[in-house]
Amino acid sequence: MSKEEVLCGEFFMNGDMACAEGAISAGCRFFAGYPITPATEVAERMSERIPQLGGVFIQMEDEIASMNAILGASWAGVKAMTATSGPGFSLMMENLGLGVMLETPCVVVNVQRAGPSTGLPTLVAQGDMMQARWGAHGHYEIIALVPDSPQEMFDLTITAFDLSEQYRVPVLLMADEAVGHMSEKVVIPRINQKELVSRPRPKVAPEEYLPYDSREGLVTPMAIAGEGYRFHVTGLTHDDRGYPVMTAEAQDKLIRRLVDKIRLNAKEIIRCEEIDIDDAEVVVVSYGISARIARYAVQKARGEGIKAGLLRLITVWPFAEDRIRELAPKVKAFIVPEINYGQMVREVERCAAGKAKARLVPHMGGGVHLPETVLKAIREEAR
Amino acid sequence: MLTVEANPIDCYLRVDRMPHIWCAGCGIGPAAGCFLRAIDRAGLEPDKVAVVSGIGCSGRVAGYIKLDSFHTTHGRALPFATGLKLGNPELNVVVFSGDGDIAAIGGNHLIHSARRNIDMTVICINNFNYGMTGGQMGPTTPLDARSATSPYGNFEYPFNLPYLVAACGATYVARWTVLHLRELERSIAEALVKPGFSFIEVLSPCPTVYGRQNKSPRGLDEMRSYKERSIIRDGADPKDVELSLNGTIVVGKFVDIERPTLWDCYQQMLDRANKSKKR
Repeated sequence: MSKEEVLCGEFFMNGDMACAEGAISAGCRFFAGYPITPATEVAERMSERIPQLGGVFIQMEDEIASMNAILGASWAGVKAMTATSGPGFSLMMENLGLGVMLETPCVVVNVQRAGPSTGLPTLVAQGDMMQARWGAHGHYEIIALVPDSPQEMFDLTITAFDLSEQYRVPVLLMADEAVGHMSEKVVIPRINQKELVSRPRPKVAPEEYLPYDSREGLVTPMAIAGEGYRFHVTGLTHDDRGYPVMTAEAQDKLIRRLVDKIRLNAKEIIRCEEIDIDDAEVVVVSYGISARIARYAVQKARGEGIKAGLLRLITVWPFAEDRIRELAPKVKAFIVPEINYGQMVREVERCAAGKAKARLVPHMGGGVHLPETVLKAIREEAR
Repeated sequence: MLTVEANPIDCYLRVDRMPHIWCAGCGIGPAAGCFLRAIDRAGLEPDKVAVVSGIGCSGRVAGYIKLDSFHTTHGRALPFATGLKLGNPELNVVVFSGDGDIAAIGGNHLIHSARRNIDMTVICINNFNYGMTGGQMGPTTPLDARSATSPYGNFEYPFNLPYLVAACGATYVARWTVLHLRELERSIAEALVKPGFSFIEVLSPCPTVYGRQNKSPRGLDEMRSYKERSIIRDGADPKDVELSLNGTIVVGKFVDIERPTLWDCYQQMLDRANKSKKR
């Protein structure tokens, strides 16, 4: 990659733009999307930048088509991304499932706004967290990351590509309107291409290649179109050859592998940031823009002598359940501020398993919590 | 007794998946055979041919073809194929689809693919109904035809598919029936090397469900009806080739025009982008 291709240095830019630059640094050379507030700036930036690099930007007829186009591009061997918000995210669910089933590396960015339906198009929310987990039909596992700043919009977009290539799964970047639209300093480092992750590739001759060769482990080597492998892949339940097999046994073998490749590698995948956790009696569990407010509230609480800490979820799916289980016997309560009426708090409550209280601090969307609201909850639970 | 060791197109078939799922008298197999013979006829490098299908009986074609092949979701073959083609423009991308798949649930993708004039070939099997799910009416079912969801006769006007895609900007548009196998094979071979969006509608019997409900319970009944009703009219105006339950079937090559493809226009845009970068 030449010097001109990737911007390097310090910039003042918004989160959506930082996301686009992160994709470019990660080697993304295909973007398909459809305009939607508050994610449009990602597409606009890509429409300007990708042609400069000889890649493909295409505005599709809708988000269904956008999701399919990135799957097709990925099977042509190109790193591909789309970006959207709630209404478009809903339309993408059908073929997000296809991406999971075909084990297609790609990145889907959701700059969340308030819903349901058209909701508050220009205003923040975190209401799609469970949709990210369960939005497509059928049972599967997915990886979802949540940035809390324009800098992380950049950094985590690269991480999202790496994880999607490593595990052959669509990776979701669950941003929100506040992080997408806020402008801050973004440091863009020179990316060492060798450090970027690429999907496992076949090492055998085309005659011996099986698209889903489970002998290779949970993540199987991926051929791309046009290389002579003459492979077949299908959204139907399939065997190692990629051929449809309509039996419970084939379903069992396939779904276990699709789930286990994420579930059994959860420790490797999950990232959290921890502040003042060691002696904490009250732990705020938060993510995205809400975590920035939580961080301030925890600082204030410490100033008041309250043993408060912050567990910031960077990876939300798979969920950091082991960490919550470890902390539960040691703390009085988990406090979960999120811009919805209770989504990730359900996971916290499940893993706390009655050993510590899980208290939701909700915001219905359209704005963010006041630090005082979170601080008040910390004070009450510390008593 | 004549014995045949291997069919000449076996090299393009996943013979380990035979027998296929299609019913006796169905026209999808013969149409797929025309496509496979057309690959050689058009002189394509088979490793660079990719087949994309959606869902339905015709969607199963991808699964029997021993080329890079993708069996995607219902109606979404075209946008998937769009990403595949733009991701690697050297690929010769062929979409094999049914009428319900491409004109109902995938109708939006069809008109936009034709509008963009993306370089690919669509072979659309039109059997006038949803066969896989048991013979329901669809966007090509003729007025008054019976189906599992139009038991008193279909009360909706159908699409005239050649007219639709021609209006949207397709550069090659033809229609044949599976009675016209030679013409169909030649037409597919032409379409495969034709730059731009090529669309070939192939009328096919569906004796098991559509035929049974419309007085043609055997594949041969429908083939006989094609023989009696069809008329070859190359260059016919697509607006004049509407189909009806028992009327004339106009077949032929209707459109064969030149228009810059999506990739041609994209390259021009790249030139402009890189000029403005230098400034």
